[in-house]
Formats: sequence, structure tokens, C-alpha cells
Amino acid sequence: MDKLVKHEKLNVEEILQGLEHYRPRRKGWTWRKPVTPQVINGLTFKQTSESLTASIPLPSAKHFGHIDPQPDCVITTEIASGRFEDDIRRMRMAAWHGADHIMVIRTAGQSHYDGLIEGTPEGIGGVPITRKQVRASRKALDLIEDEVGRPINFHSYVSGVAGPEIAVLFAEEGVNGAHQDPQYNVLYRNVNMHRSFVDAAVAKTLMAYADMAQIDGAHNANATAREGWKVMPELLVQHGINSAYSRLVGMKPENICLSTVPPSAAPVPALTFDLPYAVALRELFREYRMRAQMNTKYIESDTREATVSHTLNLLISRLTSADIQSTITPDEGRNVPWHYYNINAVSTAKQALLAMDGLSDMVEIKRDGVLGDRVRELKERAVLFMEEMLAVGGYFKAVEAGFFVDSGYYPERNGDGIVRKSHGGIGVDTIVQRDADYFAPVCHHYGYNNIPPQFASNVCGPVVGCTLCDPAKIVYIDELDAVDNAATRMAATRDQRELGLIKAEVEWAGDGVVAVQMFIPAEPRTAHFSALELAKQMNLRDPQVIHKQVMQHAEGTYVEVKGILDATIDINTLKLPPEEVVLSADEVRKDVHDQPLRIVAATVGNDEHSVGLREVIDIKHGGIEGYGVECHYLGTSVSLEKIIDAAIELDARAILISTIITHADIHRINMRRLHDLCVEKGVRSRLILIGGGTQVTHELAVECNLDAGFGRGTKGIHVASFMVKNRRERDLI
Amino acid sequence: MQRTDDFAARRAHLTHLSEAELERRFWELAQSITQPLVDMAAKHTSPSIERSVILRMGFSSLEAQAIVKRVTEIGLLGKGAGHVVWRLAAANQIELKQAAELLQTEAGAEQIKHVFSGGVR
Repeated sequence: MDKLVKHEKLNVEEILQGLEHYRPRRKGWTWRKPVTPQVINGLTFKQTSESLTASIPLPSAKHFGHIDPQPDCVITTEIASGRFEDDIRRMRMAAWHGADHIMVIRTAGQSHYDGLIEGTPEGIGGVPITRKQVRASRKALDLIEDEVGRPINFHSYVSGVAGPEIAVLFAEEGVNGAHQDPQYNVLYRNVNMHRSFVDAAVAKTLMAYADMAQIDGAHNANATAREGWKVMPELLVQHGINSAYSRLVGMKPENICLSTVPPSAAPVPALTFDLPYAVALRELFREYRMRAQMNTKYIESDTREATVSHTLNLLISRLTSADIQSTITPDEGRNVPWHYYNINAVSTAKQALLAMDGLSDMVEIKRDGVLGDRVRELKERAVLFMEEMLAVGGYFKAVEAGFFVDSGYYPERNGDGIVRKSHGGIGVDTIVQRDADYFAPVCHHYGYNNIPPQFASNVCGPVVGCTLCDPAKIVYIDELDAVDNAATRMAATRDQRELGLIKAEVEWAGDGVVAVQMFIPAEPRTAHFSALELAKQMNLRDPQVIHKQVMQHAEGTYVEVKGILDATIDINTLKLPPEEVVLSADEVRKDVHDQPLRIVAATVGNDEHSVGLREVIDIKHGGIEGYGVECHYLGTSVSLEKIIDAAIELDARAILISTIITHADIHRINMRRLHDLCVEKGVRSRLILIGGGTQVTHELAVECNLDAGFGRGTKGIHVASFMVKNRRERDLI
Repeated sequence: MQRTDDFAARRAHLTHLSEAELERRFWELAQSITQPLVDMAAKHTSPSIERSVILRMGFSSLEAQAIVKRVTEIGLLGKGAGHVVWRLAAANQIELKQAAELLQTEAGAEQIKHVFSGGVR
């Protein structure tokens, strides 16, 4: 497989073959290529980049020539289902929707694993990052980036007690970006503070060599503190420490990205916290890049609420700036993200960024006044924080004193910060002083290195080239566990792939998980257990309520339930209704030219909607008039009798009625009556009867004895083509 | 530590600073905090750092684990694990891989300790 084909699945088994010989095609991070301004389909964009060669546009793009402009900033999606063979498929879906930064979350516990993990064992809340996993993912992403026409950055984590080794692995395997922040290890992973900083210097040096983008870990303070916005001064300090440390070990400022999150969310007046904070950051860290993350702290199980928070976060990105726009899946508050929520999150970013394209040409931040006062205050509080750190004896002493993640708004202190001991934590007492004759015979090593004079210009000379100079020396281990590996897991779903069996899935091939939405007219607890019972009656195994929200305490509760549907569809026996073959525009035009076609059309019943029908008719919207069809539009709220009479009088060959879906089934009644009245008047055999409406389907209309039905998304060509073909088949003149 | 917000009093010495001076102060402080940390890093090593060296020398992750464990056991991590393997290979005129195996033996460990204590180079 050297190329992906749009309508063919990515063959993961083929990706896994020949990995021992795979080499990455490049190293380093890739930014999007801005095109400013850019005219697409007659519309001018100010903040977009080069378009993709293959992509899936936003749903409403169909009204605008199916354009899919790509915002200027890199868009991230985080993928981590625990099985990388399934993650690879999701990466392709995300890339088609506009993600070009694929961040792979590590399995729980990897940061305390003292060494590299090999093979493809299953993970929890992420995947074990191994050479095979990284290599296979990068190999798949090479194919995917060729398919969509834009480089894709692959990203994971250089943290924990094996940071330097993971950095070597990533540098060797062409991983493009990574989280690296020794403070994260100390505060959230309880890695010994000395070990964490000593390791970080080597890891960062390797990342700098491989030109990787580095993202820090400061945003975790926001997610951990009781009231996220109160740690804003500390966030500036954490960003400052990691940035300064990275510079001192030789990282380029343009590869240093701050992981920044708008720290608050409604119902607090979020922008009054978030905007001054965003401005303070961008002023203090103007040399560096901004990775704008979406807020996770306040996300609960409501995907709607999460999406609104995230959209407001994107407003901050557009009002200030973002080099990398990260996305959080709206289902993160309820489960490990599902396929389509990754896509939703990427689409939210694309949609909002495009909508706000050029905003700063019209709207500017009022730097003076209340915002400026807050910016100044944040900077001062951060400066005071660092002054006190130095006063107590530096970074290590400050951590021991619980300076970080205290819920007080510094200098306020609540005494609930994270306390770590200098002589405690994972990996305590494992660092050793380098002796005077310490020597590491490899390239891109940080720190004291007593290189023998004969190798002064060729540090890896003693080993005749290190792996960074001679990648052929890299040792690839395929699997260490005969059972817990991708091949075993994929064997369990081989039937699905080879025999064409389909099961619903949200995360892993064949997981069978489906979600059901219900309104239960009962208070939340009753609704909860009623929903579970209903799910069982739907034959869902292991049903769980994943979200509920009271509509009114007595009137009812909205509930979302997930469960496993143990049902399989065989596509070989699945009956698909025949797909209407649409004639070409030229063929329709010629046919109508040679044999004129006259129709009458109206919206029937007590219905004033006319937009859909007008679009199907109107020449301006590519309607049937454009194909030479003579149209007599009678208006809205027209009676069926009147339409039929007009058709008879005009000797029309077709009647088009538009009808909305109603609770009382009026649309069905109208369609049936149209047919019946035509029969009564003896004109049914010479008329083509067509029903339309947002929720009308062809099957529904035919069931009501009409010749065709057209629903949402119908274009004039579909209707014109049908009429021409139906007229031919029935020999109507 | 518990403390009420004394920002108003604490900031007195910053009020006269311009925005640019305040930002410069921020970065001077960041530098003062991190310089001792990088100095410490330059002078120390760790098992992970040494495994990263061994990996770069063309060993597998499993071999790297075994080598660094052994070098730590014999108290030579401060010499550099890669250095240890290379010197043992050089002393015996053998390949690095063979040296790594030799290191796991009693004789190999004794020999390399002897080399580093000023014995045969």
C-alpha cells in the first residue's frame, strides 16, 4: 500500500508489515503555510492557509460551493483509545476534517515506567508509547498526509522517569512534537524533582536536535486547582520556568510552545478573567508560540455545554493569537473520547476560526482601562511569586514549601498547594554526579562531557556513528508479549474486515457501543433507572447513563445512555434501496429543449414555507428553470384542488408540492390526496407527481403513491433528471 | 502556609516600573531560578540519561536496561555507561555488543573497575 484511496479503508495490517525497515521521511515540526489574503469561491479570507487536496468541509459548506478553507493555525486532536490500531483509523478521519497535529495520549502509568516499553500492549486512557506504535503511526500518517495534501505533525509526551530515552526514540522516529516540562513530572507525577530537571536537560537537547515543537505542562495547574482562574499568576511562572530552562539548554524560541488554557468558564464572567490573562501571556511571552488549549476543568457530561465553552475559548484565540489550536472532545467529561467527538471538536475549531476570520480588522482589544489594569496586575503577581521563590532558596525550596497549585490568588495562600520533598518521589537518589572523566560517546548530549581529544570533532567516533548519525543502527523490537499485542486484537475482528461484517463502534473495531438519547417524563433518579431498563429492552448490553439533565423536576429529564449492541450486519446480504442515477446537466437540457416540459409547483396546506421549493425551481439557485423547464409557481398555502386544476389548464406534465412534516401526519395525507384527486379527475396517468420537504424521503413519497420524493439537500438537477427519466419510462408526451 | 492577599502592600517596589521594565524583571527572575537547575543538570546524570546514551550507541532498549543496571551496580554510572562499554570493548579489542555481555560477568566487572582505577587503558 503506497497510497490511500478515498473509498477504501486504511489497511492497518499492511501498515504493521515491514516496520523494521521503515524510516521517517522528515524530522521536525511543520507549520501551516498562510495565504493572506486568500480568495476562495469569490470570498476573501484573511486568516487562512493553503487548502487541502482532499477534505470534508463543514456541513453548511454546501450552500457555498462546498469550500473548505483551512484556518491559519495548526489544529490539534488528541487521540487515545488504548488501541493504536484503531487510533490510526481515527487519525485519518480527523485529518480529512482538518486536523494536522495528532497528539497521542500515553497509557496511564507510563510516566512511572523506568525505561522504554516495546510492542503494542493495550493501554488504559491512552496507548503505551513504544517504537512500534510510534513507527506504525508515523508510517500511517505519511500516507494520510499524502492523501489530504498537508503535512501532519505527530506528537506525544517526553515525561516521566524515562524522558531522555523517549526523547531519543522520538528523535530517531521522526516524532514532530512533544510535551516536555520537568515541573509536570514533579507536581503531577511525583517524580523526584532533581531527577526530573536533570533528565529534562538531556531530553530537551534531543528534542532541539530533532527540531521538535515543545509544549509545556503549565495548563495542568488550571485543571487541578480548585478555582482554576486563581492560579493565573502561577501559570505565568510555570511557563516562564520551562521556557527559560529550555532556552538555556539550547532550544529555539520558535519551537517553544506555551500550553495555555482560558482558565474560567461560564457561569463566571469568563472573558473578564480569560482575556486579560491571554493578553498578559502574549505580551510576556512574545518570543514564543501559543498552543491554545480548550478548557477541560469545567466540562461535565453535557457535550453542548462543552462545545459552547470551547467556542468561547476560540474567540480568545482569535482576539489574541494562537499558533496551535488544540481541541478537547466534548465527550471528554464522560468517557475516553469517541471517534465522532474528535471530529466534532476539530470541526468546532474550524467553524469558529473561519467565522471569526478577519475579526481583528474590525474589533480591537481595549488595552487601556480595566483590561490593561488586569494585565499589569497579573504580571506583577507573577513577578512577586518568583521573587518569593528566590527568597526561600529557589525552585526546589519553593516546591517543598507548597508554592504551586495553591488555590489562593497569589500572594494569597490557602495552604493547599502540592508539596513535594526534595528527597522524595519516584526516582529519588538516582542521579549521580558526572565524574571528571565522564564520557558519553554520542551526539546531541547535554552537559559535561569529557570527550577524548582524538574525538573532539567526532564525538560518536568511538562507536563509529551513533543512531542519530546512522539510523541503520537503531534496534527495532517488534513484540515482547505473545498475547497482548495488536495482531491478537486484530485477529478477533478479522471476520468483520474480511467477510464484510459491520458492527457499530465508537472507539474500537467491533466494540458494538451505541448511544441512545431519551426524554423521560420523570424526575432524574426515576428517569435514570427507567432509561437503563428501556435500554435493556432494546437489547443493549451493559447499559450506562452517560449524561442526564433535568428539564423540570416533575416534568422530566433528558437522558443519554450507552450500551453494547451485539448485532452484526452482513453487507453481502444488506439490501440497499437503488440509488437514483442523476443524468448530466447537458443531457437534461437537451431532452427538455427537444421536448418542452411544463410543471406547476406550490407549497400545500397551511404552510408558508417556500425556501426549499424556490431553490429547486429558481434558476438563480441552480433550479429546474435552469434546465429549460417551464415552471408555474403558485405560491404558498395552496389547495391541492387548485394545483391540479392549474396543471390541467396549463397541460403541465408534473406537479411539485412542498410540505412540511407535521405531528398529525398531514404531509402523508396531502401526498396521498394529491394522488387520489388526480385519479378522480382522470389525470394521474399523464402527470408526474413529486413531493418535497426537509424530511420527505423518496421511500415515504412512493409509499403515498407519488412518483418521487425529495428531501434535504435536493438540487434542481436531481428533480429535473428524475422528471426526464420518468417521462421517458412512461412515454409521457 | 496561609496568607491573605497582601498584593497592595507587596507590590510597592514594582509600581514605578514601566511595562517593559516589569517584563524584563520577570525574565531576569526566570533566569535566576533556572540557571542553578541547568548547572545541576550539566553536572549530573541518571539511569535514563545513560540508557539514552546506550540506545544512541545502537543497543536495544532491553540491552540498555541491563547495561545501565549493571553499571550502576558496580558503581561506575558517574563515568558514563557508554564510556564503560566502550572502554571495556577497547581494552579487549572486541565489539561493543560483546563488551556489553562481558560486563555482565564477574570478570568483566572486575576488569572495567580496574581500568577506571588507573589500570590498563
